[in-house]
Amino acid sequence: MIVQLMYLVAALCFILALKGLSSPKYARYGNFIGAFGMLVAVVTAYVHGVVHNGLWILIAVALGVAVGIPAARSVKMTAIPQMVALFNGVGGAAAALVALAEFFAVPDSSVMFRLATVLTVLIGSVSFSGSVVTFLKLQELMTTRPVLLPAGQQLAIAAGVSSVVLCALTVVTPTGLLLWLLAAIGLALGVLFVLPVGGADVPIAISLLNAFTGLAVAASGYVLANTLLIVAGTLVGASGTILTRLMAQAMGRSLANILFGAFKAAPVAALG
Amino acid sequence: MIDLLTIFVLAVFVGFEVVSKVSTILHTPLMSGANAIHGVILVGAILITGSAESTLELVLGLLAVFLATVNVVGGFVVTDRMLEMFRK
Repeated sequence: MIVQLMYLVAALCFILALKGLSSPKYARYGNFIGAFGMLVAVVTAYVHGVVHNGLWILIAVALGVAVGIPAARSVKMTAIPQMVALFNGVGGAAAALVALAEFFAVPDSSVMFRLATVLTVLIGSVSFSGSVVTFLKLQELMTTRPVLLPAGQQLAIAAGVSSVVLCALTVVTPTGLLLWLLAAIGLALGVLFVLPVGGADVPIAISLLNAFTGLAVAASGYVLANTLLIVAGTLVGASGTILTRLMAQAMGRSLANILFGAFKAAPVAALG
Repeated sequence: MIDLLTIFVLAVFVGFEVVSKVSTILHTPLMSGANAIHGVILVGAILITGSAESTLELVLGLLAVFLATVNVVGGFVVTDRMLEMFRK
């Protein structure tokens, strides 16, 4: 009861945070409210949900803080978009890992549970590898021009189809091997998805992957039957989708053109 | 199951609604703030690790806790830095 109430408080904070972040006057307060809601949610989960491994969890959190805060503090203003991409990527990876762990924890599960599990693993993996590629592009560790692999379009379609088939197989016959395979295909799909996106359009791809991670978190909420994860993940998924469209509109481009335009254009950057 | 679906559908509409009137200069901070919020997967990571029975679950869970924490703290700090820049 108290746990659900605390989760409700956190969910409200997240809504107010997004609302605040949409207005120049209250944007900074919005961010603080979001952080406060997160603190409420995390402390509640730790105090009421941890049966054992408490110390290990604290160590992992401490390590995360030790990595995350200096990274966010020291990054140059011009390099912030790729930093956001990295933070988004690790969030997607975390969602996929949570679903994997829960899959191994619950041997006999319902169809709905398995459906939510495969979606979380797939979308989380796509978001992780896609975000890493956007980071590499913006950091200029690889070419910022659209990269078209020979038969890249066919490869992407093949990866997409096989991911759907693997999802179906895993739902019907749930085995760990299939789920790991799905994670691997998801990683490949994320790379294939972002490679053709050109440098100037990369922030829009990041925004879309951000929405993806939100959806992965929402799906993980079904896996764990946790309302807060569903609400917060869905909020980010929905608002991220709208935001992606607004960003594309601000650049006078359509989203389809940004994501798939390179396939039609003539000039092609060399591989790598 | 229907309860969870109801929550999902309502949250979609709230998500659409809250950002529908965002000004262009706030696109990137809003994306970054939303990015920090999906770090709420940390809650899931803590819950799964806190009840992990096997070593595999423990390892996967702890890695998820670490990554989700980076997402949360990095996300909120970097968003604040962006907004600080706007004020000047």
